[in-house]
Amino acid sequence: MSMDDLKKRKVTGPDGEEFEVDPLNDYFCTERPHPEYPGNKIVEKFLNWARAESIWILGFGTGCGAIEMRPLMTPRFDAYRFGIQWRPTPRQSNLLVVSGYLSVKTLKRVIRSYEQMQNPKYVMGLGSCTINGGMYWDSYNTINRLDHYLPVDTYIAGCMPRPESLIAGFEQLKKIIKEGKGEGANKYIENLDWYKQNQKKIIKGWDMPDYNW
Amino acid sequence: MKFEWIKILYAVWALLIILNIGLVFQGVTQKIAARLGRRYGIRWYQPYIDLMKNYAMRSSITHGVMFYLGPVFRLSGGIGMFLFMPVIFDSPYFQNFSFSGDLILISYFMFFGTLGMALGAGEGGHPYSAIGITRGLSQMTAAEVPQILAIISVAVQYQTISITNIVAAQQGGIMNWTVMTNPFATAAALLALLGSMMRPPFDVVLAPQEIPIGPPTEFHSNFLAVLQTNRAIFPMAKMVLFVNIFFGGATNWPLMIAKMFLLYMWPIFIGVAFPRFRVDQSIRWFIKIPAVIGIIAVLLVR
Repeated sequence: MSMDDLKKRKVTGPDGEEFEVDPLNDYFCTERPHPEYPGNKIVEKFLNWARAESIWILGFGTGCGAIEMRPLMTPRFDAYRFGIQWRPTPRQSNLLVVSGYLSVKTLKRVIRSYEQMQNPKYVMGLGSCTINGGMYWDSYNTINRLDHYLPVDTYIAGCMPRPESLIAGFEQLKKIIKEGKGEGANKYIENLDWYKQNQKKIIKGWDMPDYNW
Repeated sequence: MKFEWIKILYAVWALLIILNIGLVFQGVTQKIAARLGRRYGIRWYQPYIDLMKNYAMRSSITHGVMFYLGPVFRLSGGIGMFLFMPVIFDSPYFQNFSFSGDLILISYFMFFGTLGMALGAGEGGHPYSAIGITRGLSQMTAAEVPQILAIISVAVQYQTISITNIVAAQQGGIMNWTVMTNPFATAAALLALLGSMMRPPFDVVLAPQEIPIGPPTEFHSNFLAVLQTNRAIFPMAKMVLFVNIFFGGATNWPLMIAKMFLLYMWPIFIGVAFPRFRVDQSIRWFIKIPAVIGIIAVLLVR
């Protein structure tokens, strides 16, 4: 996609009919998102328990760490018994696991996937690469600190972390959600300008709307 | 005929029971499948938590009016089908709104949800939704042929289109059940059932490995929760219908649940044993084998 694709233009259909396409208004929402805060305390406590016990992960592996997620679905580690399941579409998932190094090219896809997820949503940084760049800290095309681009709820240190540490990380995330601290989605929207500024510094030739879904 | 308002209360009560049965069956089935794969598996009450979580999502976005109506149509298809069906034979409480022509109305309701879903998913605009819906509608239409043939056969056999009368005719022992008196119709209907249960070999419609994940791709938060509610109610309504028509109905809930569970295991056993069909293959299969059995059932019935 380039910036020209987003411009208003006339398109000829297969049967010769001409119609106007305005991609920004037709395919994206140009309205700025607004934060949605938790409601009643007691109700929210119960709902947070439900959210923590039913975490749906977006099946999106950004780097080499994705290989550590596969054993979690199989008999040896079986994360399903902790209420963790994988979904193939960002619309239905709650947790984005950024698994390993994040190249500039992938960052764009990660941002788009993250913004398509619904509030409340959580981000987990897997491996040292998401904390400080790890072994890629001086690479020309990977980012060093994931926290500058997306609100991260919890990290799992290691290179590579074993599946056991991933399960430990999920348990940590559950604790955070149950305490009512998993408000990354609202944090992202409140500080949208700062996050967008950081993202635009890295992604050259920004060719998508500021908030896309 | 006088309408009794108390029937509404009984119907809602039956609907609640069936919703819980559906959710528990889902969890238990996944648990069994996991144990077969040597996994520990999800907790049996996980479907409840998933449902609550999805209803509790704070934000949701829409793609238009039909996007809203898609899940609503789907759910009303499931609930509508259940509400016009007698559940427990001879019980004054669990007859729902069954009347003398309910078998025909239910056959319509079975297809209603799929059509609503087609409109809703189409407006979602995701290419995978469109592909999934195209596949789903073709497969469902093919599976509908043997099913309707079986229903016609049963209706001719008992000379009635009232489910209550069909159940009444089967009372008095296992030899009176339709599965014994009209085996061809039962075979056609059971094979047709496979096509609408979204299990292998007929799950190409929403198989995560093929098209992630078919019609519900764009549905999220509350929309997805409504669809999940329907996924608990609709298969159970079908089970109740099949138990009533082919397996002698039931005079109490435990017997009904036992029969439903055994019947529910039928598509699942087939599913774990057979690989997935493509849509063109499954349509050919439905027309070649179950439909022919259904025609034989209509021809042989007296």
